[in-house]
Amino acid sequence: MSQAELDKLIRSNYEAGFSTTVDTETLPPGLSEEVIRFLSAKKEEPEWMLEWRLDSYRKWQEMPSPGWAHLHHDPIDFNKVSYYSKPKSLDDAPKSLDEVDPELLATYEKLGIPLHEQEMLAGVAVDVVFDSSSVFTTFKEKLWEAGVIFCSISEAIQNHPELIKKYLGSVVPKGDNFYAALNSAVFSDGSFVYIPKGVRCPMELSTYFRINEANTGQFERTLIIADEGSHVSYLEGCTAPQRDENQLHAAVVELVALPGAEIKYSTVQNWYPGDENGKGGIYNFVTKRGVAHDNSKISWTQVETGSAITWKYPSVILRGDNSIGEFYSVALTRHMQQADTGTKMIHLGKNTKSTIISKGISAGRSSNSYRGLVRISPRAENARNFTQCDSLLLGDTCGAHTFPYIESKNPSATIEHEATTSKVSDDQMFLCRQRGIDPEKAVSMIVNGFCKEVFKELPMEFAVEAGKLLEVSLEGAVG
Amino acid sequence: MLEIRDLHATVADKPILKGLNLTIKPGEVHAIMGPNGSGKSTLANVLAGRDNYAITGGEALFEGKSLAELEPEERAQAGLFLAFQYPVEIPGVSNMEFLKAALESVRTAQGKEEWDSVTLLRQARAACKQVNLDASFLKRGVNEGFSGGEKKRNEIMQMLLMEPKLALLDETDSGLDIDALQTVAKGVNSLRSPERGIVLVTHYQRLLDYIVPDFVHVLSNGQIIKSGGKELALELEKKGYGWLTGEEESA
Repeated sequence: MSQAELDKLIRSNYEAGFSTTVDTETLPPGLSEEVIRFLSAKKEEPEWMLEWRLDSYRKWQEMPSPGWAHLHHDPIDFNKVSYYSKPKSLDDAPKSLDEVDPELLATYEKLGIPLHEQEMLAGVAVDVVFDSSSVFTTFKEKLWEAGVIFCSISEAIQNHPELIKKYLGSVVPKGDNFYAALNSAVFSDGSFVYIPKGVRCPMELSTYFRINEANTGQFERTLIIADEGSHVSYLEGCTAPQRDENQLHAAVVELVALPGAEIKYSTVQNWYPGDENGKGGIYNFVTKRGVAHDNSKISWTQVETGSAITWKYPSVILRGDNSIGEFYSVALTRHMQQADTGTKMIHLGKNTKSTIISKGISAGRSSNSYRGLVRISPRAENARNFTQCDSLLLGDTCGAHTFPYIESKNPSATIEHEATTSKVSDDQMFLCRQRGIDPEKAVSMIVNGFCKEVFKELPMEFAVEAGKLLEVSLEGAVG
Repeated sequence: MLEIRDLHATVADKPILKGLNLTIKPGEVHAIMGPNGSGKSTLANVLAGRDNYAITGGEALFEGKSLAELEPEERAQAGLFLAFQYPVEIPGVSNMEFLKAALESVRTAQGKEEWDSVTLLRQARAACKQVNLDASFLKRGVNEGFSGGEKKRNEIMQMLLMEPKLALLDETDSGLDIDALQTVAKGVNSLRSPERGIVLVTHYQRLLDYIVPDFVHVLSNGQIIKSGGKELALELEKKGYGWLTGEEESA
């Protein structure tokens, strides 16, 4: 197909690009100790939490922003970002959906996430976060019966301080990296999950993040603890309005899989990617990491289609013997999007096993990089890793890069790495079209086929969603 | 159903077809033969609308409509099918998924009744059986890891399901052993009908032992230089192409 036809195909609208008018209490832009004190006070946090934040802030001030990624952007002025925005209607926490601002409900309806429990996907509980605040968590009581705690992190700080004190920052320390430190200082809300010993969480848990307010950063914090022998599957989704300026999103996600536990964490990220000329879009700087204890398993699956910039490396520290880490990723970039994403698998325990399957799809003038680290420590006997990185190029103005790092300090390790780069070929397109399939459908079919190994890891409802999302993102594409 | 008049065509701007005339009526089977580089495959690809294959003069009318004005998928929807010389792999897209998309589009365009998934699966299994492909091939990626012969049989399987009005087979016999050749021929013969036109593009006569054509045309340097009945193919087999093209040619 010609470049012009391809461009036409790739240009399409961002369906979640609308914004909602709600009365909000929004802090003026700027970051200081006062802002953090204000934020903490607003949330009526205990003193120890404020101290934790302030300590993070001090660490952050001394850190340089990372420059090693294959990303290009103007320096971010952290004083032009507002660190707190909350719909006024949430001032008195709604006890039931009837008390939630109809404007907010309408927003989620429009995004295809109805909050009325009877309308929801059966078996999926949702926490929705709007700018800095959690709006509502569904099915809370039903989960409570199973002993599962699923609430906003603000509530968890109030109601489960012992768990927060023990685990917050235990996987991603306050000073881990520049953006994690910033998040630790100013995180607004996010989700908290605790699955008790031996419990298989009776439903899928999911959090839906929405940035609405202009000039507002979103700094969510998610903490999931799966106690011994428990099992949980969690999904996050993200969208933001279409705005001309870049907005900052710096999240931290920590997973703790205690012995014998299993956590499956899936992400469908569709933040506003900016327009064809690279105007606007979310800057997405995210730290996601899990610790896997003996015989436990952590599995990350991500479908990244949005954001102007994606900087994200969901990782697993395989601390316990026989623990398993998995990373399945589809990253699609188009227009002027830049993605530098991948994973780290740190093998510490014996007989630990990790699998990395990464599928990068680049279109337009975008740049798509895989960056991955596999480290085998000296005492990780019989560790195994398998890595496969495939890149698919649509057209000839985009770029795909692979930066694999392998450090093995134990001779018994088995490490495999496979990488391919291919193009959607004219021959493939012609075969489809000769069979009567129109070019848009053909591209989406070929791209979906390319991603199949990853999509099959998503919970079923979301695999369909992810497929559709790719279709929408590629709407108008190749000839 | 197909009317080609003084057709000129280029491949990546290089003139290949130079004034080709050919008429195909429903029910007829035509064989297009000729030495390498004579333009046989070009003709098939021009008719199907491959990128970089451009009509620069004359016309090709399919049921009265100019093919030049139709996109490749529109030609397929109108009932034109090309069995590829080198079927390409589409990893991760299952044969079944691919067939579903193709048949949905083509059957809808032709006003045929839509097949539900049970019917589709039953039809697809039957088509596989006809070309001696195990039904497990339906679950595999399109041509993914297929042998040369399996790819060719997969093309014929698709053709059986698509029920085209005009089938173009581009060197479907190349790379087939004798058993596979017979299987493929049986599949093609089963499609012979008074409403359907079939064009066999081939270098060798042996395919025509199994699919007996009504007409044989010899293509050389972008033009048809001789036409005849099935006996012409036998003559070519004996004498090669040299006596027609005036060049030494080892067929």
